[in-house]
Amino acid sequence: MNVHHTDVKEHDAANAYQSMSETTGHDDPRWAFGTGVEDAQAEITSPVPDGVDAADLAAYCLMLGDDALICSHRLSEWVSNAPELEEDVALANTALDLLGQARVLLARAGQVEGRDRDEDSLAYLRLEAQFRNVALAEIGDDLDFACAIARLLLFSSWRLALLHRLLDSRDPVIAAVAGKGVNEVTYHRDYAARWALRLGDGTAESHDRMQTALNAVWPYVEELYRPSEVERRLVEAGVAVDPALTRAEVDAVLDEVLAKATLARPDGPPIGTIGGRGGRQGVHTEHLGHVLAEMQSLARQHPEATW
Amino acid sequence: MSTADLEQGFAATISADQRIEPRDWMPEAYRRTLIRQIAQHAHSEIIGMQPEGNWILRAPSLRRKAILIAKVQDEAGHGLYLYAAAETLGVDREALTEKLIESRQKYSSIFNYPTLSFADIGVIGWLVDGAAICNQVPLCRCSYGPYARAMIRICKEESFHQRQGFELLLAMVNGSDAQREMVQESTNRWWWPTVMMFGPPDDDSPNTAQSMEWGIKRHTNDELRQRFVDMAVPQAAALGVSLPDPELVWNEERKAHDYGDPDWEEFKAVVAGAGPTNAQRVARRRRAHENGAWVREAAQAYADKQAARAAGRKDCEVAA
Repeated sequence: MNVHHTDVKEHDAANAYQSMSETTGHDDPRWAFGTGVEDAQAEITSPVPDGVDAADLAAYCLMLGDDALICSHRLSEWVSNAPELEEDVALANTALDLLGQARVLLARAGQVEGRDRDEDSLAYLRLEAQFRNVALAEIGDDLDFACAIARLLLFSSWRLALLHRLLDSRDPVIAAVAGKGVNEVTYHRDYAARWALRLGDGTAESHDRMQTALNAVWPYVEELYRPSEVERRLVEAGVAVDPALTRAEVDAVLDEVLAKATLARPDGPPIGTIGGRGGRQGVHTEHLGHVLAEMQSLARQHPEATW
Repeated sequence: MSTADLEQGFAATISADQRIEPRDWMPEAYRRTLIRQIAQHAHSEIIGMQPEGNWILRAPSLRRKAILIAKVQDEAGHGLYLYAAAETLGVDREALTEKLIESRQKYSSIFNYPTLSFADIGVIGWLVDGAAICNQVPLCRCSYGPYARAMIRICKEESFHQRQGFELLLAMVNGSDAQREMVQESTNRWWWPTVMMFGPPDDDSPNTAQSMEWGIKRHTNDELRQRFVDMAVPQAAALGVSLPDPELVWNEERKAHDYGDPDWEEFKAVVAGAGPTNAQRVARRRRAHENGAWVREAAQAYADKQAARAAGRKDCEVAA
């Protein structure tokens, strides 16, 4: 029926697959590319620094890790929806960088708390109120590119300011994440700033859309500078940074970008807390439940499975 | 030079197995065929982001999520190289995208099937990318230089994707009963559409002879299909999954597998637009393109303003 065909290479290929079936280890670094986990693997098991409360350290790793994980989820919603292929690539790349940061931080949280939870059990099996991310990371953008850019500009400007100050954290994992993350998030901020300029100083329509998006996202900024009790204690211990200290740097960056982009700095009131509690205390917006419903659905259907 | 001279030069390049480059003269029909093929290939990469992207948000481990995002990102990159290769033939990406969203150009029919379980992510890597590699490796020697060079890079990444897909399936078949069932069900669903990815049988493939004569195509559809089947069978055995073809059997005489005939009526229907997700895929691409129009206009307006400002500054310098 079909044409005779033999080729030695194909049998080699087949053998290669068969030999792979004998080495299915998930920790094989060949398969963990693009995540950064392999670089930090050694540090993840380092002991909790002297004088640092393990529960506080675990909570802080969750804060930084959840910010990255949830923001990454929002960015990856853009894959195959972006205005240009270059933007599909850039947004996916940004999502991937943040996912890599999240994986290391969640793994460290699991290691430090000592309850036998790994990055996946923390990502997939926690409830909404157990997430510690800020609201800015979780709010949706309804595939409005201006909104995605406004959110990324604020988030990356703030996160970069945090990571700069975490380079000499006494926790070696946080310091390693900061070391790698500074380069990554510098690019994210640059990307968002360039688009803010193009949209702000592009057409009349894009200017209006960018200003509207900025106005919508701005009220979530205040939370970024509000330290939790955990952070206050870890600042004392030389592990964390007081987020209030990032305000001046972030403001200066945003003022410069907004001026060049011919955009006005919004002056609406910040989003309030509930009894003084916000994302760092596990009190979220209505958005997070939907993010987790989607993100965790398959993992929860097969709680016994490994992938 | 006369047209006859030009044609002779072109034929000499092809018969010497040399590359045609963008500046070289080429027959109009050769150019048209290449544009059609490269555009379809580029569209396939871009539309192909959707079925896999369907599982990014639900990937069941963070490691699988990272691998999947990276893979879909690679596909956008492949689309970019291929549109760039098409541009060397005088058609721009915008025009090709318009043709795609108006359904005036096609993409690989395989992407008109839905991804219904996470095993599909593995099976697409293993079978669909595996079939794509069989199709694409010979294109690295295609007579048109820019296409051949783009294919070298793409094939390297595709073979990585195929291994990742296979590795996911290995993890799943070594997992729970539910995971093994997912892999088998997914294999059953994707096998025949994948076998059909090589196009109609040789006796029903009108363009093959001309494309082979031009050195665009190096093997017939059935040759490539045979190569794929022979490759997939031992891999299926390594996974412990069966392939849903009762006629699939080793033929000692041919040193190759005999296999059954796919449902070519289904193939024709899907190509004609009646696949399970044809409308959905094109609508999604159209939505992204149309929703992005104001962004692209803004980028252009900003670039124009910047250029005008730079020119203005230069004028001032000259005046000073």
